Amino acid sequence: MESFFQLLLNGTALGSIYALIALGYTMVYGILRLINFAHGDIVMVGAYAGLFTALSIGASDHPTLWNFFIVLIAAMAASALLGLVIERLAYRPLRHVPRLNLLITAVGVSLLLENLGQVVFGATPRVFPDIMPSETLLQFGQVAVTNQQVVVFGTSLFLMIVLEWIVLKTKLGRAMRAVSFSHEIASLVGIPTDKIVAFTFAVGSALAAAAGILVCISYPKVDPLMGVMIGMKAFVAAVLGGIGSIRGAVVGGFIMGIAEAMVVGYGSSTYRDALAFAILILILLLKPAGLFGKYQPEKV
Amino acid sequence: MQKRFIAVLFMVSAFLTDSCGPKINPNEIRIGEYGSLTGAQATFGTSTDNGIKLAVDEINGAGGINGKTLKLTAYDDQGDPAEAAVVVTKLITQDQVQVVLGEVASSLSLAAAPICQQNKIPMISPSSTNPKVTQVGDYVFRVCFIDPFQGQVMSDFAMNNLKAQTAAILRDQKSDYSMGLADFFVKRFKEKGGTIVSDQSYVAGDVDFKSQLTNIRGQKPDVIFVPGYYGEVGLIAKQARELGVKVALLGGDGWDSSKLYEIGGAALDGCYFSSHYSPESTDPKVQDFVKKYQTKYGQVPDALATLGYDSMGVLAAALKNAKSLSEADIRDAIAATKAYTGVTGSISLDANRDAVKPAVVLKIENSKASYVTTVNP
Repeated sequence: MESFFQLLLNGTALGSIYALIALGYTMVYGILRLINFAHGDIVMVGAYAGLFTALSIGASDHPTLWNFFIVLIAAMAASALLGLVIERLAYRPLRHVPRLNLLITAVGVSLLLENLGQVVFGATPRVFPDIMPSETLLQFGQVAVTNQQVVVFGTSLFLMIVLEWIVLKTKLGRAMRAVSFSHEIASLVGIPTDKIVAFTFAVGSALAAAAGILVCISYPKVDPLMGVMIGMKAFVAAVLGGIGSIRGAVVGGFIMGIAEAMVVGYGSSTYRDALAFAILILILLLKPAGLFGKYQPEKV
Repeated sequence: MQKRFIAVLFMVSAFLTDSCGPKINPNEIRIGEYGSLTGAQATFGTSTDNGIKLAVDEINGAGGINGKTLKLTAYDDQGDPAEAAVVVTKLITQDQVQVVLGEVASSLSLAAAPICQQNKIPMISPSSTNPKVTQVGDYVFRVCFIDPFQGQVMSDFAMNNLKAQTAAILRDQKSDYSMGLADFFVKRFKEKGGTIVSDQSYVAGDVDFKSQLTNIRGQKPDVIFVPGYYGEVGLIAKQARELGVKVALLGGDGWDSSKLYEIGGAALDGCYFSSHYSPESTDPKVQDFVKKYQTKYGQVPDALATLGYDSMGVLAAALKNAKSLSEADIRDAIAATKAYTGVTGSISLDANRDAVKPAVVLKIENSKASYVTTVNP
């Protein structure tokens, strides 16, 4: 029983990271009907931005929670900027061409980031320094809750709540929802759709960077291909929850994280990655719109 | 128009054959090297490369072999078996090397060895310990001990020195090295009356090992055997300590890298691993090598650098003794290696083309490996 709770705890921490990344997929999809395959690689860029910030401020000499916030904010800012650049250069020129072109461009951007990462940062994995002290906060029998797990979970929860607030309670959020409903009608009523799309990319990328930092805190290894698998799983989480739905992405992320921990804990780690894709196939067969998605029949 | 096209075609083809064709210098012995100079096991490749280059420079500095200089061509395989096969083919067909040195990871050596065997080019692996590597054929050699011996060393060490009765295994499913080492450890441990309470696995590249470690924790083993590579092992040690697992982790020579301590830090204190040599040894041959290596590269050589150096040493001795420089004669000379005094100990090649030599057990304290004991075969 103790192992069950420990696995649940580990899975929840992992799931909150998946959820953060899944949010980026789902937001961009909601607004552009585009699966942004480069999203996982933005996680990687965020991790590197965090790594260099941590090294330049000498964060590992005096590990404190403040360091964590500085690194987090720097990484989010850098990735938001990258998101804007990608949107402007790669996606905006293709706004009015068939959607398939956009999808292929996204794959291209993903490959570009991965290989550019290997050229610029080198293919050798780097070690992410300890930017905050590590300690055990609570201990129930053998089940230990570390401050890192609390920070990972707390940060993702906070960011999710902020996002929910932006989307539902602010004027900007209302504009985002309007654009996701219809670009043409939104621009007719005076919403600057290009700016709203750019903003969505910036927010999605910032969330990806935050996830990248949280990954590095739990698993201190940074390499140019780190975003591939984690991005893939977050994508499955987004589809599982119903792509386009923000709540769905969060729930999907947690389901993925916990399911993965349980499969490895009680089954075999061989099936860790297979699980994600098995879930994807099941969802597409049984509930193509996902748990929270709305099924929209295409009119011919 | 057509004439001009044909003329251009001729010029281009002439240019191509000229630029790609081999430039063979009869006064050179062509040696090829493939290694993971980048990628997840990059320190293995660069260390080995440093060791080999040091040996080549020394030999050439001393006048070469029988008046001929050594010409080393090294390629990066990025730690990828498919890439290893490609670069070794390139070494043999394009650079026309006479001998191939490499690799560290057994999976990579196994990808390249069949190509060397097919082309009848002798290959010496400095540090692949999986038995299957030299079983590929009579042109494949190694200058390190093999996993059955290494697994036996760590199993005996766990039982005799650490008084362990129960052990858990955490192996890398994707690596021939890790699977082999784990199997031999398990076999020996059971033979001697120990119990394996949990046998878990991961896949190279994973970063989250908490589920496996949670399972292992529930079984309360005396030791955990983690025969993986340093990148994962560092993370495993860290996560084990986070989960409150305090028992010693044991491993093999795949741990031997300074990166291990960078990743794992204090979590590795009190852990043990087997390796090929210890820089702390008082043997003058070792001390001499450590000094030379430090002057050249500014760091203490790890086991893989030392084996790289020894692989070149064994090859040089064989080249000197070979009847001619045909590939078959070089092969025979390497196979005849007996009691070559290398930095990693006395090296003799047995009928299986494996080296018979001692292993050392090292203990990690304060991010430094210190010598515990030597185990002879």
